[in-house]
Amino acid sequence: MSSPKASGSTLPAPAITLTDLTGNTLNPSGYKGQVVLINFWAAWCTPCRAEIPQFMTLQDQYRSRGFQAVGISLDDPEGALRDFCRESKVNYPIVMGNQKIAEAFGGVLGLPTTFLIGRDGLIHAKYEGATDFPKLEQEITALLQSGH
Amino acid sequence: MMKLFKHLLRRRGLLVPVLMAATTLLITPVAVAQSGGKNGGAAKTPALASELPPGGPELIRPAELAKALQSSAKPTVLNLGPRVIYVQAHIPGAEYIGPTAKPEGLERLRARAASLPRDSFLVIYCGCCPWEHCPNIQPAYKELKQMGFTRLKVLYIANSFGSDWVEKGYPTAKGE
Repeated sequence: MSSPKASGSTLPAPAITLTDLTGNTLNPSGYKGQVVLINFWAAWCTPCRAEIPQFMTLQDQYRSRGFQAVGISLDDPEGALRDFCRESKVNYPIVMGNQKIAEAFGGVLGLPTTFLIGRDGLIHAKYEGATDFPKLEQEITALLQSGH
Repeated sequence: MMKLFKHLLRRRGLLVPVLMAATTLLITPVAVAQSGGKNGGAAKTPALASELPPGGPELIRPAELAKALQSSAKPTVLNLGPRVIYVQAHIPGAEYIGPTAKPEGLERLRARAASLPRDSFLVIYCGCCPWEHCPNIQPAYKELKQMGFTRLKVLYIANSFGSDWVEKGYPTAKGE
């Protein structure tokens, strides 16, 4: 059984511009004031797909308190990705990822990998492997309350 | 059923379209299941690496492979993971094949392996995601076994290439 890993850091979120599947541009460092979850995933990755409904629940539950989830897909054909997002009714922006985006986050060498960015624009946690959702939710609520 | 068939035979114009529709109904679910549905393979449930249990004789541990790479009898190493991960970091000398959960990846593997002696020391690895969920290892292992490779090993990566190889300090190369 794999052991998911969460590590803390306080590096700033990268200042890169991303374009989601609907053509909207977004910038992980431009969400200052919000708590942002960045999930690197792929539709071909079984454990990644299994996590999407839980990210959708978090998005619904905490959106009004200043929470925003963003999915970055790696190595998915765009058509398959669009089909998956439409069928799964994903309620947050999905971006086609690449090497440059992965490296801007310090490298993504396995999926799923999830980052949590605080209201201060700093990366507060990185989860590698299957996400520990109770722990993640605790961190989200703590960041939403603390103002960091 | 026979009555319907006789009726269609009497009215020949109806027989061909009805037979075509019936054939389509019978074949379509099989084709969709084989192609992974309309997501073009994204939602397909593939054979997973978990069919090769950790500790099995088919596997090689990262420390063993790192040692073998420094010896005179280096293995040929083939990477079966997504390109985005390969270009960020891979085992030095590893050749990029790509995800073998996809038919085109399996075809590239077949083509590359065709020129290798069947008794050559061959190692395949992925590390895209946790071992028990990797969709690429099992199809590649099965294919190479069928091709007759006798010294085939699979690199056991429990969580990811990042945490089980790079962060452990084993040699790493970057780029295409």
